[in-house]
Amino acid sequence: MSTRLLEIEGLQKRFGGIVATDRVALTVEQGEIHALIGPNGAGKTTLIAQISGSLAPDAGRIAFLGEDVTVLPQYARVSRGLARSYQITSIFKRFSVAQNLSLAVQARSGSSFRFWRPVAGETALVDEARAIAIQVGLAERFDAIAGSLAHAEQRNLEVGLALATNPKLLLLDEPMAGMGPDESRRMIDLISRLREKVSVLLVEHDMDAVFRLADRISVLVNGSIVATGAPDEIRNNAEVKRAYLGDEVAA
Amino acid sequence: MRRAAPYFVLLLAIALPLVMRSLDQVYYVTMASRILIYALAATSLNLVLGYGGMISFGHAAFVGAGAYTASVMIVEGVPSAWIAWPLAMAVSGLLALVVGAISLRTRGVYFIMITLAFAQMIYYLTISMKAYGGDEGLTLTQRSDAGLGLDLKDDITFYYVVLALLALTVFFLSRLVNARFGRVIEAIRENEARMEAIGYPAFRFKLTAFAIAGALGGLAGALLANQNSYVNPGILHWTESGKLMIMVILGGVGHLYGGVFGAVGLLGLEELLANHKIGWLAALYPNYQQHSLLAVGVVMLLVVLYAPQGIAGLFKRRERK
Repeated sequence: MSTRLLEIEGLQKRFGGIVATDRVALTVEQGEIHALIGPNGAGKTTLIAQISGSLAPDAGRIAFLGEDVTVLPQYARVSRGLARSYQITSIFKRFSVAQNLSLAVQARSGSSFRFWRPVAGETALVDEARAIAIQVGLAERFDAIAGSLAHAEQRNLEVGLALATNPKLLLLDEPMAGMGPDESRRMIDLISRLREKVSVLLVEHDMDAVFRLADRISVLVNGSIVATGAPDEIRNNAEVKRAYLGDEVAA
Repeated sequence: MRRAAPYFVLLLAIALPLVMRSLDQVYYVTMASRILIYALAATSLNLVLGYGGMISFGHAAFVGAGAYTASVMIVEGVPSAWIAWPLAMAVSGLLALVVGAISLRTRGVYFIMITLAFAQMIYYLTISMKAYGGDEGLTLTQRSDAGLGLDLKDDITFYYVVLALLALTVFFLSRLVNARFGRVIEAIRENEARMEAIGYPAFRFKLTAFAIAGALGGLAGALLANQNSYVNPGILHWTESGKLMIMVILGGVGHLYGGVFGAVGLLGLEELLANHKIGWLAALYPNYQQHSLLAVGVVMLLVVLYAPQGIAGLFKRRERK
């Protein structure tokens, strides 16, 4: 029980007649990289939204570090160590990389209801932000405006923002979306380095990345988990082949 | 040079009454006080509208609440500015807290409409306050009493008090927007969902900014009631909220001096059109003085199309793209 970081039971979400999340049960162990795969429209992002707290489930229970967080607002989950990144880049485009990352550091470093002292002079925030920038390969672009970064750099900042909240569990929603092969490889390296400190729930379409990184894989089809297991089990699972990998081969 | 510019303008503002007195044009000091009070009100609105990205269409309610609070205090025999003005700020700030707590749960057009609706409710509330003049308004027999040897009945002294409060407000705001809080509300304006996702309770920050702006609006209201020695429900009318919005847009949304530029620009333009004969304009359009709002409209159109950062944007160095 103590090694269970995230524990989801019977999670359900409907949008009108569509069941986006259908009695999902899922656990993420401490120190694990758990990949969540599934065809487009399977409900992966919807599930991530419910775990992170931006979307309320209709039924079910989400426990993080043994605490029921099902009705906890998103910011409170973040402060407990549950942070997400977005499939569609969501950064502060008019702020510099330094300001983007400092904001995320600031959120967990004392009160932000401070009205007098210039935040630009808070070297502790900037130093931590710089350390994150180095980690995600943005040290050279630290003072650049986020909106002026190249696509892959923005993707790195996207992950950096989540990382800067100092999470225990990182929900990565397709971190490699739109990246070229070299950039993807660097992202894979980054995620595998994270393994030592952070557990990861990874949503990804890049099967190469998934099979290289994941300790366990869960397969989501039409809102429900059809299989969970080690990469080899998933690769040889008949139902998974039919529902998911089969589609890929056909395509 | 650029850093010195605001101080230079402040010096000019300090010198203004002395110049006007020597020219025997004290009327302009009264007008300048009025402009500075509106500058304070518009600056407070700019905190929510410009920095916070909350399009509040009800700011006049907070100005009005402050004006009524200060006036009622005078009528009820508590003329001390040291009591009445902070109380005006407290009443307006609390009112903003209540209005904001409900309105800030909505977004976009709904937020605009709900702030407007609240302001109109408070407007009708003041009309129904028969004890304090109802729709006739309330005439004040005296201005607030500031003590310290300051005679607020003297228009020049009053001007300096207003100028000092405006300068203090702008200074406070310059600290606030560069402090942690300021960066947070600007970031919420840029991307509220992401702020939640990195651990900020966005609502609390927005509500705090809304309440601070309301309190500062209340101070402007208290000054306005004193300046006019009169208050009536018209001060809360939605057109007043609109006027403050026009000032912010004209002056520069999210610029420290946007409210000041906007108030000077709009009220200066109104004054110019209403009380000064402009030969070429009269030749072009003989009735322009009756239709001065038309000119304001044309200026707004030009600003929105060609200077979306307002007057403040014109002074800003051409920076990054």
